[in-house]
Amino acid sequence: MLNYDIVIIGGGPAGLAAAIKAKEEGIDNILILERDSVLGGILNQCIHNGFGLHTFKEELTGPEYAQRFIDKVIDMEIPYKLNTMVININSDKTIIAVNEEEGLLEINAKAIVLAMGCRERPRGAINIPGDRGAGIFTAGTAQKFVNIDGLMPGREVVVLGSGDIGLIMARRMTLEGAKVKAVVELMPYSSGLKRNIVQCLDDFNIPLKFSHTVINIKGKYRVEGVTIAKVDKNRKPIKGTEEYIKCDTLLLSVGLIPENELSRNAGIMLSNITGGPIVNESLQTNVEGVFACGNVLHVHDLVDFVTIESYNAGKSAARYIKGQRFSNEGSIKIEAKDGVRYTVPKSINIDNVEKMVQLRFRVSNVYKNSHVSVYFDDIKEIYKKKKILTPGEMETVIITNEMLKKYMDTRKITVRIE
Amino acid sequence: MYDITIIGAGVIGCNIARELSRYALNICVLERNSDIAEGTTKANSAIVHAGHDAEPSTLKGKFNARGNSMFDKLSEELDFPFKRNGSLVLCFDENERYKLIKLKERGEKNGVPGLEILEREQVLEKEPYVSENVVAALYAPTGGIVCPYEMTIALAENAYTNGVEFYFDNFVEDIEKKNEYFIVKTSNKQIETKIVINAAGLYADKINNMVSKNKITIIPRRGEYCLFDKSVGNMAKCTLFQLPTKLGKGILVTPTVDGNLLIGPNRIEIDDKEDVATTQEGLGEILNKARLTLKEIPMRQLITSFAGLRAHSSEDDFIIGEAEDVKNFINVAGIESPGLSSSPAIAEMVVNIVKYKLNPELNNKFNPIRKGIPKFREMSNEERKELINQDALYGRIICRCETVTEGEIINAIKRPLGARTLDGIKRRTRAGMGRCQSGFCSTKIADILSRELNISRMDIVKNEQASKILIGKNKTL
Repeated sequence: MLNYDIVIIGGGPAGLAAAIKAKEEGIDNILILERDSVLGGILNQCIHNGFGLHTFKEELTGPEYAQRFIDKVIDMEIPYKLNTMVININSDKTIIAVNEEEGLLEINAKAIVLAMGCRERPRGAINIPGDRGAGIFTAGTAQKFVNIDGLMPGREVVVLGSGDIGLIMARRMTLEGAKVKAVVELMPYSSGLKRNIVQCLDDFNIPLKFSHTVINIKGKYRVEGVTIAKVDKNRKPIKGTEEYIKCDTLLLSVGLIPENELSRNAGIMLSNITGGPIVNESLQTNVEGVFACGNVLHVHDLVDFVTIESYNAGKSAARYIKGQRFSNEGSIKIEAKDGVRYTVPKSINIDNVEKMVQLRFRVSNVYKNSHVSVYFDDIKEIYKKKKILTPGEMETVIITNEMLKKYMDTRKITVRIE
Repeated sequence: MYDITIIGAGVIGCNIARELSRYALNICVLERNSDIAEGTTKANSAIVHAGHDAEPSTLKGKFNARGNSMFDKLSEELDFPFKRNGSLVLCFDENERYKLIKLKERGEKNGVPGLEILEREQVLEKEPYVSENVVAALYAPTGGIVCPYEMTIALAENAYTNGVEFYFDNFVEDIEKKNEYFIVKTSNKQIETKIVINAAGLYADKINNMVSKNKITIIPRRGEYCLFDKSVGNMAKCTLFQLPTKLGKGILVTPTVDGNLLIGPNRIEIDDKEDVATTQEGLGEILNKARLTLKEIPMRQLITSFAGLRAHSSEDDFIIGEAEDVKNFINVAGIESPGLSSSPAIAEMVVNIVKYKLNPELNNKFNPIRKGIPKFREMSNEERKELINQDALYGRIICRCETVTEGEIINAIKRPLGARTLDGIKRRTRAGMGRCQSGFCSTKIADILSRELNISRMDIVKNEQASKILIGKNKTL
């Protein structure tokens, strides 16, 4: 049995930042467990730029952004194990992991930071009918083939879903010599960042078809084409609008799902909206001493926000090791209402707050010229004007210690779009 | 000259091959696809029926319960997953209860043991996710679930180890009847054989009609399925059938032997024996009908959907036996449900026909035992430690959803009749069958296949040659 103060599960941007912060806070006995052969997580295959504008005030590629954190982890001599897969976490914080060199590892942790990231929703999850030949890839799988292996999964491409990876891959496939015939989006708006639509599609004349979906895939052995159709308000295909597009590849960018199978085994309660653990202001789950950050908690749009969140989780874990407890007793519940899909965290206990809490959320539709309002019970404390709010971009409001003190007896904080 | 040539490496052909390998015979199996179990065998309900459905006068009625009773020994000898989870035929209308009783009587005539009518409360206690509208059910304790392709791969491996030759990518183009033997011409070779066993599934009519004047017709009937994540695999413990009503045969909800939840199939007669595409209407239909059985369908846990074809014969029953006008040509055709359940009993009968004809000696080297690929995901931690000690590659997890190790994948490639494709790996190890549907592991498995088979990654296929995954290097298109 190995013993550590803090074990961080996942060596991507979330896990790295959590480890660095915990170490800076004075905790030395830390271990990062990473299933891949290198640290850095999915950033390693995100070779486009646009990372780090908030954190470093410069535009980095994914690998560059990751490397800054990897270098720091190495400088700070934070231990990590690569090619090591965690296969179980118990609610008493024992971890079973496995790798080639050491075999089966049993690890006892005083605190755990969950930073396993997310996975892509596959074709089956959205039940696209048709043949099941080769040539149907999630955008991330195609990205791995192209950016890491240097191999092309297709020549003529249709992308379903305008999530960021789909947009990025539309551009990448074009740059590497493929023809991207269309990006098809079920919703009347994109779930990706505006800048990606401009830089990845508009600049390459790739058509983006809103309110369309793929209704059939043809090609028993390899994709030969897809049929797309316009959808109505209820997202049902409209008869007569079908259009066949010849292609050999369909890339899917139809949503990301936090990977919480391990969390579930550990008895951690999950939100059925985010798919991630339900956490309090300290990013602690319902299991004491288990914290979560990054895409395993909720899917982020920018890695910079992952970093900030993960610093907070790392700090909480360090405080926990030093004896701080993050009780939920007397916590203020946070409710997401009127266009706000969820909030992270779900509750705030003023006793645990140092200066402020960043409340992150996403909206359920596109809102123009509206306001983000935060109510302490019935009193509107924040009323922030927003030119545009879209589901593709994560929003933040800051709840300060002063506000919490001002409304000492508040039982509920409500976030809504007005 | 072969003694016996079996056409088709599906569950029927492989059951027969394995049973015949008990004898000192020269046997080969010809398969048009690149792997075992690539036809009807890979996409069906994966259940072992108790045997109450078919009329006692039919071959289906005759073989089902007998076949069912043979699964325990077979799965033990060949190390493939099989479980007697029991089955329930659910009745939702008090006026239809008499049908349950009729079904029970029929089952008893067919030799199905332990049949019992359960009342509403008993059903709901057993199956808490079943709709409150249930009235009663017929419980069959011998109903089971099996992994049909793992079973078939196991049968084939064991047959191969006991001396049966397998030839893949061999599409039978013609059969010529000589006086005392046949010449079978395939896309790749020509062989001579004393006996032909036609286990060609959907194409059994074509094979029969090459030599016999008694033409048969196999009609493909497509059935579509939805498969759900293991996290909802407990929503059905038994296999849940719906009592056929005037609205149709109903669809089933069942756990799979690997712990997923499976819903399906519908039944569409089609012309094209290659058309296994799913349709919007079909998937909608099965999900709608499943709402009769379950209180709720866990749509967020849907991981994939697929379709398979059943080989329905125009005679509406199995066609088993020597063709009347062609001596030594044995048909095993029209094997649709309960074909998988009947398959061991069908093989038994075919072997008896062959024994009568050739009077073969026993194969004294026959070994009935086949050891499957170690399943890391099902082991205790102690067993895992031990396994990694023996081979460190079992400490390297490649498929994270199903917890499949590199050791298992290499084992699948290197074993008898080993995997050469992504689907081959998937069916032997479950790598890529989980909730991410190979999003994370397909690139790694392509690397392992390329390395172990010493082929270019450009030549890695999903299943057949035309299903290449990659088409070239960056910037070279």
